Amino acid sequence: MPAGLQDAAGIKPGESSEPALPAGLEPSATPEEPGLPEGLTPAPVKSESNEPELPVGLGAAEKEKSESAQETGFPKLPFDISGFAEARGGVRADNDPYEKDCSIGETRLQLEAEKQVSLAGFKTTADFLYDPVFDRHKVDLEDGSGFVDLREANVTLTPVEFMDVKAGRQILTWGTGDMIFINDLFPKDWNSFLLGRDTEYLKAPSDAVKASAYSEIANLNIVYTPRFDSDRYVDGRRVSYWNDILGRRAGRDAVVRADKPDGWFDDDEIAGRLYRNISGYELAAYAYNGFWKSPAGFNPRSGKATFPELSVYGASGRGSVLKGIGNVEAGYYDSENDRNGDDPMIQNSQLRILAGYEQEVAEDFTAGGQYYIERMMGYGAYKRSLPPGSRRDDEYRHVVTLRLTKLLMNQNLSLSLFTFYSPTDGDAYLRPNVSYKIDDNWTAEVGGNVFIGEEDYTFFGQFEKDSNVYAAVRFNF
Amino acid sequence: MKTLDRLAMPVRVFIVFSTLAGGFVRAADEQLSVDEIVNRTNRTAYYQGRDGSAKVLMTITDSQGRTRTREFAILRRDDPAPDGKDDDSHCGNQKFYVYFSRPADVNKMVFMVHKNVDREDERYLYLPALDLVKRIAATEKRTSFVGSDFLYEDVSGRNINDDTHELVETSQNYYVLKNTPKDPASVEFSHFKMWIHKTSFIPVKGEYYDKNGDKYREYSAEKVETVDGFTTVTKARMSDLKAKSATVIEYSNVKYNVNVPDDVFTERFLRKPPREFLR
Repeated sequence: MPAGLQDAAGIKPGESSEPALPAGLEPSATPEEPGLPEGLTPAPVKSESNEPELPVGLGAAEKEKSESAQETGFPKLPFDISGFAEARGGVRADNDPYEKDCSIGETRLQLEAEKQVSLAGFKTTADFLYDPVFDRHKVDLEDGSGFVDLREANVTLTPVEFMDVKAGRQILTWGTGDMIFINDLFPKDWNSFLLGRDTEYLKAPSDAVKASAYSEIANLNIVYTPRFDSDRYVDGRRVSYWNDILGRRAGRDAVVRADKPDGWFDDDEIAGRLYRNISGYELAAYAYNGFWKSPAGFNPRSGKATFPELSVYGASGRGSVLKGIGNVEAGYYDSENDRNGDDPMIQNSQLRILAGYEQEVAEDFTAGGQYYIERMMGYGAYKRSLPPGSRRDDEYRHVVTLRLTKLLMNQNLSLSLFTFYSPTDGDAYLRPNVSYKIDDNWTAEVGGNVFIGEEDYTFFGQFEKDSNVYAAVRFNF
Repeated sequence: MKTLDRLAMPVRVFIVFSTLAGGFVRAADEQLSVDEIVNRTNRTAYYQGRDGSAKVLMTITDSQGRTRTREFAILRRDDPAPDGKDDDSHCGNQKFYVYFSRPADVNKMVFMVHKNVDREDERYLYLPALDLVKRIAATEKRTSFVGSDFLYEDVSGRNINDDTHELVETSQNYYVLKNTPKDPASVEFSHFKMWIHKTSFIPVKGEYYDKNGDKYREYSAEKVETVDGFTTVTKARMSDLKAKSATVIEYSNVKYNVNVPDDVFTERFLRKPPREFLR
């Protein structure tokens, strides 16, 4: 006991040793042990009053020796291991002539191992999966196909106190959007997202080095990817899409062939974020130099899709607004191979702006909305460059999103709906999901991906035939 | 993301770090004002030491006897007193870092709160599988913390200025306070009573009454230990008498004044948990 306390307790005469309890306390406890019951206690035992018994440690005699730390009862391995096993099945709601009727039929085991060796932290996360819906089982760690998807294999170091370095395969995220990404140019797995895998799989891994420096003034992250990591984009193998050349939807009959930049240290990417937190408001500036993450060009000679060069400059802010959280983010996409916008084979530069707000509107019920605008730059040049008779994109694309989440049954049941709606494209994408935690290990969920569109070629409308429902059970350990 | 939604609830961190208010033990018959009792109880329940860490095990038992558990490590740091006094009397802003380990679906998630006395708290959730730092929009303070019978506000500390306090009884062991909300529409109770241990200022029991005057929730401290000189509740129970469920919260490995640096409560350490303090 600190000296100060000792003195104070010492004021009282006749004080015994230990937990400074006045002499007056002991007699007042019932002569018996308080015998704290295991189940729910109704009113205290004392008949005359509602007064509680003293708990163990406050005068009442200690019944059992205080056993300290609860051991987690997990087998002792030389590293921490965790993960889950999952079965997930899904079917298309509509008949898609270009894809299988089953959208997903996956059995997946994720193992995650972590180990701290003095100043270095090692982490590996690998998914082992089998999906008969997909008939290509050759492992490709780059695009995640095959029976192994290596999600993380990295080492974290702190070379100097104000700096962290994480090198290897890793999942990277920044920015403020909810399912809308402006300055986060780390690879996404759109197939996973559209097919109804857990949202975790929207992020595809990067093979990169992330260096972070921290100071009072601002913090800086630099991510260097020595060889371009594209999105796991929609290419027709699992998800049908609008094919401009065929002028119709296409899928397994016309899988996108792409010419991906793949030279080490030549076709590299660099992304930076400078950020600071001022009284709970997170401000950030971003820059990126690399390539469009999904095909954004076409080489008529090779007949292949291309990933033109891209730089992005942007900023974001996030913090308390009214009774919730507000965020704004903007980014300028500089399509370096078509700055004037007059090459019809390469996507033009864009300006992207997002504003969002989320609030808890009732107990365990949260609502969030976002407004997103994408403007094509050099629209006049684009229009003039189009071959006659070809389909023309709009200059502006607006998207509204709405997220509703309700928790029930002691927060073990979650009902959620995420909706994208584009008034300019006249299309929408709904993501309903119901998930229930059966116990501490088991979770079951059902959900859907529903696409609606007036036209077959719009951003969400092109996926109309991909609308699907899925169900999954997962055992976490 | 399911896990995300489940955690993205109005959770506030709580730590029932309680201690003998150093230097304030007085003879039992000395009269204290109600405000003094309330202030000391608040300090005892939520503000002991400059900082602290503990491992927490929550066991939630529903009306059918099924149990669910929550396991996490928690770090707390109090903002220092503006006048530089280090006598632990300042009850101002606090920062909390909660590192989940169980159940497995929330393993390695981090929940961080900058608790502000004069404005809304800032709450962050880190989801390692997505490397996502999420801000939590939550203003409801009387909703369940991680699905337990403890409410966000029970565990973070209800602002003492939100209620009027009456000393209704002084027994040999306890000050019995009746607390009535100033804004009855903002809460589900009509009043709650607290039995405060006279010498330690530990709230030993709490009873919550609904708008009909029926008791529907009950808190009890079940075990108290002295840690680093601070009298600390290491086991407590919250019972929901209507739902017939109860949650037992147990603290182990409790430490005070471990010198957690302020920058642990930043985005950097959401992505890279400060292992030395979470052991």
